[in-house]
Amino acid sequence: MSKRVVITGIGAVTPIGNGLEKFWEGIKSGKCGVDEITSFDTSDFSVKLAAEVKDFNPKDYMDRKEAKRMDRFCQFAMASSKMAVEDSQLDIERINQEKFGVIIGSGVGGIETIENQMERLLTKGPGKVSPFFIPMLISNMASGLVAIKYQAKGINMAVVTACASGANAIGESYRKIQSGQCDLMLTGGAEASVTPATVAGFSAMTALCSATDKNRASIPFDKDRSGFVMGEGSGMLLLEEYDHAVNRGAKIYGEIAGYGATCDAYHITSPEPNGLGAKGSMEMAIKEAGISNNDVDYINAHGTSTPYNDKFETLAIKNLFGDEAYNIPVSSTKSMTGHLIGGAGAVEAIVSIMAIKDGFIPPTINYKNPDPECDLNYVPNKGIDKEINYVLSNSLGFGGHNTTLLFKKFKG
Amino acid sequence: MTFEKVKNILVEELGLEEDEVKLESNLKDDLEADSLDLAEVVINLEEEFDIEIPEEDYPKFVTVKDIVDFLEK
Repeated sequence: MSKRVVITGIGAVTPIGNGLEKFWEGIKSGKCGVDEITSFDTSDFSVKLAAEVKDFNPKDYMDRKEAKRMDRFCQFAMASSKMAVEDSQLDIERINQEKFGVIIGSGVGGIETIENQMERLLTKGPGKVSPFFIPMLISNMASGLVAIKYQAKGINMAVVTACASGANAIGESYRKIQSGQCDLMLTGGAEASVTPATVAGFSAMTALCSATDKNRASIPFDKDRSGFVMGEGSGMLLLEEYDHAVNRGAKIYGEIAGYGATCDAYHITSPEPNGLGAKGSMEMAIKEAGISNNDVDYINAHGTSTPYNDKFETLAIKNLFGDEAYNIPVSSTKSMTGHLIGGAGAVEAIVSIMAIKDGFIPPTINYKNPDPECDLNYVPNKGIDKEINYVLSNSLGFGGHNTTLLFKKFKG
Repeated sequence: MTFEKVKNILVEELGLEEDEVKLESNLKDDLEADSLDLAEVVINLEEEFDIEIPEEDYPKFVTVKDIVDFLEK
């Protein structure tokens, strides 16, 4: 009998607000986090916009020396972990540290550090490369740092599945509690990839949107969509075994009821054209939860605003749900947050949990021109107040990774 | 003068307050510099003073004074 897994703490650092309260307010009010890139000079770049984290001062979450020794993605992970742990009111002195694990996903890890140190290597020579180059760049350092901070001595690792990293991290953490290996998991994703090389690289793939109107850039499912808008930030959840949470009188946000993960095994970056992989991951999550397709009240789509993703994800939803697909609200909150890459699945898990808890289905904002190939109910521009019980959250990554998390209203 | 420059590097790299850095401060015990911190400090010293500090000299740096003496030699 596998154990039940509930969510008892949430932290978020996002382009539309830092902290759960501000983030969720941003989602409810349909705030757009897209703006001109400030982290580097874009004169030579076709891409001018990104969804950067605003008003983030690492010193609010760690001391000056710690901050200097961390890449920005780790700073985000540390900040959102702190929020999640504080939110959970967990007394870390009174838990079994060996059954407290950390799994954090990141698509590209310390890419800013790589770029800075490569410049040192090439201009000043190998002797001037920082001794912190390696510890700052490795993707698993986010989970390593978080473990040091909270003395989490159970399983500790990073998950790297591109844009699905955050969702896979949460799914794998769910399994660790289900199986009884851990009582507690701090899990989510973090990314800080608004950097010259990353933007140039995604641009070269023509994956990024080069629009200059910030309200017509991250426009998932819209006929005029032309690529994703790079975001950054981190979402972290404290997952807890049901009895463990109840015994300490924890506040419970919701429950994870299913996790599906498949691979297209088709192409390095293009989704399989029949959406079979994404259909498979959704199907797997629904089956595990023991519910039927028409119990699903809302789908938080991957919805990146690239021509392919939105078309094939729509197809996958239709393939699985048939005509019922038209009755399920499907929205992409990337219209507000941009695409947080490895952080996306984690912040969207938070959106899904809060949608259930608050009875609010978030909109796809800046939606204007319908695409005949994307003909579902994308909750255009205005959210819906509605009591909901089950939410699917999709995350699809380059490499053909398809991940679906299924969240359930907590009913004791 | 040398001390001032060294102090500035230590303050910046080790996240210290200026009054924490004294000539007699022990790098490891007082200023909490680990081996990676020390290697980073050395790179900054090399840039500031435009010199090369061989790796075998690192263990000589126990106190701030050791660094200052080395640089003034």
